[in-house]
Parts: sequence; structure tokens; C-alpha cells
Amino acid sequence: MNSVEFRKELFAEERADNLSEIGRPTVRQDILGHVTGRSAYYDDHLFDGLLHMRCVRSPHHHARIRSVDFSAAERMEGVRRIVGPADVPKNLNTLLSLINFGKEDEPLLSERKTSYRGEPVLAVIADTERQARGGGPRRARGSVANGDRRRRPPAAAVRVDWEPLPHVLDVEEALAPGAPTVNETYPGNAFEYHGRYDHQKLRFGDVDKGFSEADRIVEGRYRMSPIEQAPIETCGAIAAPETGDRYVCYTSTQALFFSLSTTAKLLDTASSRLHFVGGTVGGGFGGKVDSIVEPMAVLGAMLTGRPVKFMWDREEEMQVGAPRGAELWIIKDGVAADGRILARSFTGYFDSGAYTRLSSYAVVKSTGHLPGPYTIPNVASNVFCVFTNRTPATAMRGFGITGVDYAIECQMDRVAEAVGMNPVELRILNAYRDGDMKAHRRVAKNTALIECCQVAAQKAGWQLSPDALRQSSKEGGGGRRSAIPETATDQVGRIGERRRSQLPAEPLAGPGPRGRVPAGTAGPATEAAPPQRPDMAMDWEREKSPAAALPEPARPSISPPPRIPASGISAASASAASPQAAEAPYAPKAPFSRGVSKPGVSRFLSGTRRR
Amino acid sequence: MPKTPVSFNLNGVETSLFVDGGQNLLDALRRGVGDLTPKFGCNQGTCGACTVLINGRPLLSCLVLASSAEGDSIVTAAGLADGPNLHPLQRAFMDGFAAQCGYCTPGMLLAAKALLDRNPNPAREDVAEAISGNLCRCTGYAPIIEAILAAAEVMRRSSRT
Amino acid sequence: MVEVLEFETLAQAAASLRDRTVYLGGGTLVMRAVNYADPGIARLAVTSDPSIKAIRSEGGRVSIGSGATMSDILASRDLDFLWPVARRIGGPAIRNMATVGGNLFAPHPFGDFAAALLALDARLSLADGSDIDLEALLARRKSMGSLVARVGFERPANGEFRFRKMSRVKPKGVSVISVAARLPRPGRRVSGARISFCGMGQTPVRARAAESALEGRALEPQGIAGALAGAAGLSPPDDAIASSWYRREVAPVLLRRLLLDEAE
Repeated sequence: MNSVEFRKELFAEERADNLSEIGRPTVRQDILGHVTGRSAYYDDHLFDGLLHMRCVRSPHHHARIRSVDFSAAERMEGVRRIVGPADVPKNLNTLLSLINFGKEDEPLLSERKTSYRGEPVLAVIADTERQARGGGPRRARGSVANGDRRRRPPAAAVRVDWEPLPHVLDVEEALAPGAPTVNETYPGNAFEYHGRYDHQKLRFGDVDKGFSEADRIVEGRYRMSPIEQAPIETCGAIAAPETGDRYVCYTSTQALFFSLSTTAKLLDTASSRLHFVGGTVGGGFGGKVDSIVEPMAVLGAMLTGRPVKFMWDREEEMQVGAPRGAELWIIKDGVAADGRILARSFTGYFDSGAYTRLSSYAVVKSTGHLPGPYTIPNVASNVFCVFTNRTPATAMRGFGITGVDYAIECQMDRVAEAVGMNPVELRILNAYRDGDMKAHRRVAKNTALIECCQVAAQKAGWQLSPDALRQSSKEGGGGRRSAIPETATDQVGRIGERRRSQLPAEPLAGPGPRGRVPAGTAGPATEAAPPQRPDMAMDWEREKSPAAALPEPARPSISPPPRIPASGISAASASAASPQAAEAPYAPKAPFSRGVSKPGVSRFLSGTRRR
Repeated sequence: MPKTPVSFNLNGVETSLFVDGGQNLLDALRRGVGDLTPKFGCNQGTCGACTVLINGRPLLSCLVLASSAEGDSIVTAAGLADGPNLHPLQRAFMDGFAAQCGYCTPGMLLAAKALLDRNPNPAREDVAEAISGNLCRCTGYAPIIEAILAAAEVMRRSSRT
Repeated sequence: MVEVLEFETLAQAAASLRDRTVYLGGGTLVMRAVNYADPGIARLAVTSDPSIKAIRSEGGRVSIGSGATMSDILASRDLDFLWPVARRIGGPAIRNMATVGGNLFAPHPFGDFAAALLALDARLSLADGSDIDLEALLARRKSMGSLVARVGFERPANGEFRFRKMSRVKPKGVSVISVAARLPRPGRRVSGARISFCGMGQTPVRARAAESALEGRALEPQGIAGALAGAAGLSPPDDAIASSWYRREVAPVLLRRLLLDEAE
């Protein structure tokens, strides 16, 4: 069958088959502009009297700022304004604060310390780009104060007195006791989930039981380096005063209203004063959502009353442009001799770089993806969003998923090797099927992995057994496979079980038990923790899970969440209780309004297309 | 420091402007003349987004000293179409979905034009070689190469008639 | 702002080089620095001297003006043995700009053409009338007080000159490393070989141990074993293209392909 038939057969229920565009050539609506060169990107807007803004950046991975002297630079020819941290009305932000997720942790311009190489501390606004460059050190490397005597225009330097600090560039080292604190908002070098936990946890079944029943244990470590999106158009924005006390901002952003709201927040101004124009982006791939350049350009326009362009050059794009972050995945599988995977545990690390940006979200997304497109009865994962002194990471093409999928598929090949199986047949054997329960407690629909494997094998000339060729994703799923199994670390098998953070009482408090909780061996079971919000409660009846038949407490209590009893803390961490333990449980200030609104179903129903 | 006058023929139009000492041709075309079709990608000769034809040859305008263009004949993407009629390359890029974000497209078109002006019947490898200095990050090289080959065929046919 | 100084001859331009005055040739290196506001550049010296673009082949001797571009090399029938080198440098636009003279001063990992000239025992005529061996110039190229006017060398016999380049991206890409060799073989055995690498040091370098290990040997697997071992003695830098370790591992592989005339 060809791929269109394949889609139609498997996804027949998903949408009416009366679409007239899919499967036939069409002309892009924006392509006439592209081929004539008339598509207007942010830099294709000319302003008289345009000023140019450039940043003075840290040459160190991690350094304290003792002092900054820009008096000489201020007097240079063409320099209109030096912009410092004090000029930013609200100089601390985290991107996902717009959806109430995470703590404010990143300044627009850093005042006391820098936590990655290239972190901006000042900006120079000048008549020409060359003059703006002359106002700062030529490049990030080589501190002026350290006596770098390269020839430069006489008054051309902002002098920053740096005190280099110890740095950490590896996720495991960052979580080790005694590691330098990268980001003071998160002293444990890990994002704190829901205000309380230092990693995102997934428990499904009992992996220890699965490992004990297995014939083979297969372990693997998988590492991914950061990848720069490297769009041909570098990130940037041009802002200019408009009539009516407003500012227009032409930007390369991939997320116009996100950038607008972030700018309004950092500059502490009404969003109605900001007129953002975007949508024509010279390549983004996730690298243009971080909303760094727009607040800078608008701030420049506000401070000078003139049009200001803030545009990264290629070196900045590569050095400080947020990449897809590094990841490290440690996977342990318990496999039966016939190739069935009985248990799979993950310890995952997302290298967020110095600040959160969007990696916290990537961790949640990846956790929802585990254990990959396979039905495995026992799954456990601990996934950390780790802070290191690297360039902050952000979105890039399927982030949160691509890295762990690479790890999972490498691991599948290792498992096939360990049990001596055809790797495609191993995947078909373990593939999820329609009706199977996923580890994040959603029933799988339209799985189609088996058919994908069959078609791919056929196209690649890869031999499959008659039995593997007979399999179908629409058969053999559901039933017992749709059940949420009894789950080891949780007496009733609830979603989102979270353990108390094991951070030491204060940063650098010496060796402590934080971090490195091995996946699947989480210690004694804890009291059930309720979901954060009523609408996150599982709808047991709908999912037809045997768990629904369990005695009380089958339904989580809704509010208020009970305090986690002391017995719930693993013994090792009791001595290192964090002062944050006393804080009130996390509760968003405004009611949650996301999700589907459909009578009789959970707001967080997934796997169903919204019609 | 005084500005330098420079005159050149841009897409068939005699053009004069004043340029700064170290100003490159990309900046002069964009901000001085207002031809925004050559794009800024790297300012260091790596990406090809600023490719223009100078006296028929592809050059990187970010690496050309604007004052050195005196008397030259320059073609940019703005000069490809003949009034409302698109150049066969533009038409082929449109029909063949050979642009996604469109930022590398003007440079690609000019690199391709330089090839077809010299070699009306290029092999696939010749096309790949001709655009090897032009980066596309949406990774549409295959449709771009197809479109250039298609345009070459159209141009060969129309030159025969 | 940068001041542009125009000169009629290369010698005049060379005489102007002091105190942040930099010679602008093809532009692929210097304009890049100007665009990024290199504080070491306050003035650009340019010349319209036509002689620096001339390519001459007289008797067995070849002479290339330092202003000849890679495209000029590719357009010269006399220099067909250098086409494989010029063709692998940059894309068409870069080849229309990048000059032979500039390649001698291109920082690591650039310098494929300089490596080729090194294998050809090139001797350079400077704008002030003096001469210098390419190898001597590479050793002190950062403090050159003059400009290169012409590059001269003996034309290699047919098949005597070989070049291989390894890059991450094809067909255009910066060298991981490249290797050039002149392999005179009177009576099938190598005599007086010259082997040079780009990417295996801060400048293009000769692999002398490999050269001497090849003396009197035939170009066959046993004969070249010593030369391959000799290629391992260089100390290439780490950079974004490749690590020093990787380059050391790759050098004998690329040299073997060159010596046995295998495809890349």
C-alpha cells in the first residue's frame, strides 16, 4: 500500500476524507515574495536615523562582576547611550512565567554575575554598527581589565572587572555534591518541578519486579551534544517610536505574542503600547522563541527616542543563540528471552545551560513520551532539567522527544542484539497497539508503529518473518494491556507521583544526597499525592482501568492537597530537609483554563482530535 | 571622514550613492540604495545569502568593498523578473516548492543564474557545485536543485524557439 | 570608519603598510575582519596593479601573480594540475574572490592552496623585490612587512602532483585536513618527494618524516607504510571542525589514499 492509502486506512476515524489539498501539489501562499526577494524580514525595514545596539558580553563561563566602568566608552564618537541592568524596569524573568511555570531566573542584562560565556552585561547604542562595536571589547574573549593590549580605538572599551568563578559544564557534575551553583534561583542546579521537586518523575508498574523476572538486563548511556539552529537570518529586532506613545517592533520571532508579552513584562509597560510585526522569519527551527532581542530593541528605542536595531551577528548567533540542549539518557531494560521488554527505567538529564528558558517544559514533554512507542508493563523515569555554565538551551525541532527517541532506538538495537533477534521484529513484538495503556496513563490510539515497521522493512528489503508480517496495530491491543498496573512507589497507582526534593539546605552545603536518584529504585513508597488541580484527576471510568475497581482511595482528594508526611521522605534525605519544605504548596494564582472543554471528558483528554 | 561617491549599474539602472570607507556592498545596496533583496546572513562570506552578480559573476556582496564597485554592472534578485514576468528560475522555484523560509532564495537564484548563463545544460552535479556556497537551513537542497534543472530546461526550450 | 588608500602599484601599497594599515586583496579574509570591526584595521590599502593577476608559464617554470583568484587558476589551461586544489576551495563566489596571495596568509584551518604550493617548493617574489621560500614565509607570516607579488615553482611532470582534501561538507567545505604531494618517480621509485598538509599545524606544514620514509620506495602498500607512520608525527590544533586527535588519525588515511591514488 502506498503511504496515502496507509494513512487513510489507519486514521479513517480521525477526519472526514473530503480534503482536497492533501496529496497534491500546491503553491505556497508566500512564495511569490520569496522568489522575487520582496518578502519583508525584520531587517527589511529602513528607518532614517537608525541607531545600532550591541552587547558587551562575558568572556568567562562563570564570573562575578566586581565593577563596570563605561565612562570612556560613553564619550566615544557616535555613542548615544550605554544601557545597563538598572535601565531594565523588571530585570528578572523566566519565559514560561507567561503560563505560570517556573521561577524568575534570568536577567536581561546581568548585574552581579554571569553564568555562561557571552552573557550580556551592558549594551552600547551608537550611530553606526561599527561605533557600537567599538564601545565594547571586540569579542567576548579576552578581558579588558586583564590587560589585553590588543590595538583598539583609544576610548573603545567598556571596562569590566571580572572575578572568574569555578564553572561546571556537565550535567552529572552539576548535580554532584559540591558543584558550583550556576543559577542562584535554583541552588541545587536543577529545575524545581511544581515548586517542590528537582526532577520530573514517572512511575508505571514495578520495574524492580520486572527486572527480577527478566532473563537479560540491557543497559546503555546515550549522550547528545547541543545543536545550534543556525538560521541564515540571525536573531534580531528593530524598534521605533510610533505615534500615540507606542513602539513598533519588527522582529524575527517565531512566537509573536509570546515575545510581545515578555517585552511588556520586562519593560513593565502595557502590551497595548507595543506594536509587534513579525511572521516572516528567515529560518527559526525553535531558536527564535526566546524573546531576548525584542525587549532589548524596544528598551533602546524607549531610552533614545530613536529607531534602534538590535541584531546578532553570526558569531553571537553561534555563541549565545540558544541551541537544542545537550541530553544524557541512561536506560536499563529487563528483557525476557523471547524479546519482550518487561521493565524499562530511565534517568534523563536535560542540559538547560545557565537559565531555564524552555528546557523545563522539554523535560515534561519527554516524560510523557516514555518509554517510547512500546508497550512495556513496568516503566520508571527520573528526568532532570539541569543548570550548567553553558549557553542556555531552548526549543529546536521536536525538542524533548528527538533526543530520547535517539536513545530509545539505539537501546532497542542493543536489546535485539542481546537476545539475538531481528531488530525490526523486536520492535513489532514490543510495539504499542491501539487500546494499550501508555505509561503516562493515556490509552494509545492510531498507533500504526507495526505497519510503519512493515512498510519500512519492505522498502529497505529487510526480511521479516511471516508472523511479524501478520501483526497489526489494530489487533492484540487493549484488554489487559489497557490496564494501569499496580505501581510500586505509589499505593494506589496515581499519576504524577512526586517525591520531595532532596536538595541540601543551602547551596554548597557539602556532600548531600541530592540528585542521582536511580530510576526505578526510589525507596519506600510514599503517601499518595493528589494531582495539582482537579482537572488533572484521572477519569478512571473513561479509561476502563481495573484500577477503578480498587478500594478507596481510588479518587484523589481534590483540595487542599495534604502535606507530604515526614515518613514520605526517603531516609537519606531526612537530615537534609530543605527550608523550602515549609513553603505553601504550589498553587497558581488564576484558575487554569487550558485544555478541551467537552462535557463528560477530562479537560486533558489526549489522543482525540479536537473537532 | 568624507564619504566616497560611487556609481554602478544596478539591474539596468545607473545608480550613484555615497559610501563610507569600510562599508561593504551588501550594506550599501540595502541601506544606501534600498535594494533589500540581498540578505544579511553572516557578514563573513560563509552563507551566500548576499550573493549578487557583478559583471556576470557571482560574488559575495558582504565581502566586496562598496567603493570598489565603481563602474560595475550589478544584478540582484530584484532585477531577475522582466516587469511582471518572472524569470524562469523564479517560476521554477515557485512551482517546485524550492523555498521554505525564503531567506536564502535571492542568493540561490543568483548563483543559479550565474551557472545557467555560462552552462545552459548543466548536470545535476554542476548544479550542486554552483550552489555549494549558498547555505539553506530549511534543507531544501533537493527541490532547489530540481528547480534549477527544470528552469534550465525551460530556458533551453525557449531559446530554441 | 575605515579609510581606503588606493595605489597604482603593489610596491606602493606595500610601502603604506604600517600602523593599522592592512592590504585588501580578494576580501575574503580582510573584509570579514572589517565587517566585524577588527580594531587592528584603520586603513585599507588597495591596488589596481594589473600585474598581480598575471599567470605565466615559461619553459618548465610557472609564475602566478598573488592577485590571481581561484577562478583564474581554474581558467588557466597551464595550471590543470592545480585545478583539483582550486576547485575544492569555497563555493563559486568565494573562488571568484579568494586570491593565491591571500591563501598564503589564511589562518588555520584555511590554506589548502598554500599547502599545494608548499609541496611544489614554491618561491615567492615580494613587492620590495626580494625573494623568500614559502616555508620561510609561513614561519613568519604574522609579522610580514611586505606583500607577496608572485609565486613561482617548477612545473611538475604529468601525474607527479597529487592533492586530497577531507571536509565535513561536500562539495564545499573547510578542510578537516588536506594533503598535497609532489612525487617524482624516476624508474617507478620515489625520489625527492614533497608532502605537505593543511590543517595539521597552525600553518600548512611539510611532513618531512613522511617524505624521507618514501625515498626510494614504490607507491604500493608496503612501500608507503613508513610514510604513513611518518605522517603521524605532526601536532594539529583542536577547533570546531575537528579535534587534534581526529586529525592525527585521519592524516595517514588521507595520505594513503593520495599515495595509492585511491578515490577520496
